[in-house]
Amino acid sequence: MQISMSVNGNEVTRDIEPRVLLVHFIREELGLTGTHWGCDTSNCGTCVVLMDGQPVKSCTVLAAMADGHEIRTVEGLASNGALDPVQQGFMEEHGLQCGFCTPGMMLTARALLDKNPHPDDGEIRQAISGQICRCTGYATIVRSVQWAANHPVGSAATGDAADPSEAEEVTA
Amino acid sequence: MKPFDYARAASPPEAVAAVAGNPAAAFLAGGTNLVDHMKLGIAAPEQLVDISHLPLDKIEGTDDGGLRLGATVPNSDLAAHPLVRQRYPVLSQALLSGASGQLRNAATTGGNLLQRTRCIYFQDVTTPCNKRNPGSGCSALEGYTRYHAILGASMDCVAVHPSDMAVAMAALNARVEILGPSGDRSVGLHSFHRLPQDQPQRDTVLEHGELITAVVLPPLPEGTRSAYRKVRDRASYAFALVSVAAVLRLEEPTETDDGDGPASPPKIAEVRLALGGVAHKPWRATFAEEALRGQPATEEKFRRAIDAELQHAVPLPDNAFKVTMVRNTVVSVLRELCGVDQSSGGAGTPASGGEDRP
Ligand SMILES: Cc1cc2nc3c(=O)[nH]c(=O)nc-3n(C[C@H](O)[C@H](O)[C@H](O)COP(=O)(O)OP(=O)(O)OC[C@H]3O[C@@H](n4cnc5c(N)ncnc54)[C@H](O)[C@@H]3O)c2cc1C
Ligand code: SF4
Ligand code: FES
Ligand code: FES
Repeated sequence: MQISMSVNGNEVTRDIEPRVLLVHFIREELGLTGTHWGCDTSNCGTCVVLMDGQPVKSCTVLAAMADGHEIRTVEGLASNGALDPVQQGFMEEHGLQCGFCTPGMMLTARALLDKNPHPDDGEIRQAISGQICRCTGYATIVRSVQWAANHPVGSAATGDAADPSEAEEVTA
Repeated sequence: MKPFDYARAASPPEAVAAVAGNPAAAFLAGGTNLVDHMKLGIAAPEQLVDISHLPLDKIEGTDDGGLRLGATVPNSDLAAHPLVRQRYPVLSQALLSGASGQLRNAATTGGNLLQRTRCIYFQDVTTPCNKRNPGSGCSALEGYTRYHAILGASMDCVAVHPSDMAVAMAALNARVEILGPSGDRSVGLHSFHRLPQDQPQRDTVLEHGELITAVVLPPLPEGTRSAYRKVRDRASYAFALVSVAAVLRLEEPTETDDGDGPASPPKIAEVRLALGGVAHKPWRATFAEEALRGQPATEEKFRRAIDAELQHAVPLPDNAFKVTMVRNTVVSVLRELCGVDQSSGGAGTPASGGEDRP
């Protein structure tokens, strides 16, 4: 069947089998391997992408269900070579170690800050509940999101350290 | 996953016709349960009829002052809706205690009601299970039963229903609106889910091809309070070991008190209690409700009332603790709703709050 959706602002159209999961569509059809694939049972949250602005677990969404919708992946966070404050925050506050959970964590953080620009630590923890990190113990993730909340897009402190090679490291 | 056809229904009747006309077809809403089951081999529909784009996504007031919740409203939106939070806090709390944000964004009202048991043997296709494969036997009876039923089970199945939302809806006397091939009908939530008896493969009274279109909440009289409490192995992101939904109204205090001495406790005018994690369906504790109506709101009455319910409990080898847990949780919730002094009771409060945090 043929499906079309907007992925990071680009319209894509592909012929797929109905059983293709959104996570595989993104990684294999579109080659955007920043979205990770872990438990495959909606438990770990590493596959989180934004669908119409809301975090969802792309391993339990069929690509066909996303037909006509807007998807944003970790590759869509940086714009014009400047890191999103969330990405910058994860660097500043050591929000990642192995990086496996990181793409999903950053997208959920972005969606949270879009809705609630100044969350308290509890609200951040609540938002990332359902996404498992085996490395950081979550404390640095919470600090990273707070860093981003304190450095919103357009503020002087973001962007100036945005070296594109670092962007590669964070999002790959 | 086995190959299947996928189509979006253009209208509710079209969706019903498509599924009713094909025994191997299924409705697809948020997919958070069905897609999982297709991957695990528990379900293998040949045709999916996606209903998530149908105009069943509204939350509207009813003429009598209740609320109609569309079948495809995401759980997140339902929990956050101002009228739900204001009038039916028990429902909002129950939803927020379930799953996690990313799942609630996808999960829907109808899908949540129809989610299937988390019994580990049901989910493991290599083990016998009467629910998944009727007549094959129940692995839980010889297995690990910590998460299984203490009320209303049968020798064919001891699984519990996993939904938090449905427990709150049971206490709210909700009704399920259904569209079928031969018209619509409405079923009380309490009669919607079944006990396993000798047909554990049937979770509910819904027939193949019948579509849930909405859940209707009746209005609550002025002064009604409600709360949901969920007890689980960790404070967030886990299914209930035991949960309690309580909806309660106290009588207006009378003027007959002489002013001296301690004021007599208010009486319970109306109460509805539903339990989660204990049975194959949200369990209305009707014996306890009966024992509480018209009685003074004291801890001793609460204990006696829930004991009247729990004398019917039949715990399994690994879950006798659930009996105590239900008793203490019910007492704690009632005490909180009635404003009964915590210090006078001394009962443990094993429950965790409604929020989910890692
Ligand atoms: C990791 C994890 C943790 C979870 N934790 C909790 C928890 O703590 N508490 C809790 O309550 N739940 C929990 N859930 C379950 C979650 O709430 C359900 O998966 C969800 O509510 C199902 O809704 P859905 O719309 O995605 O249903 P789907 O998966 O789309 O459908 C489920 C079933 O309902 C049928 N169906 C759907 N809509 C209709 C309709 N309108 N009419 C007729 N049939 C219909 C489908 O055919 C299918 O059989 C958890 C899930 C996961 C994956
Ligand atoms: S308890 Fe029910 S669902 Fe679990 S194995 Fe037995 S029959 Fe299957
Ligand atoms: S891969 Fe999707 S939740 Fe783990
Ligand atoms: S950084 Fe390793 S899992 Fe989170």
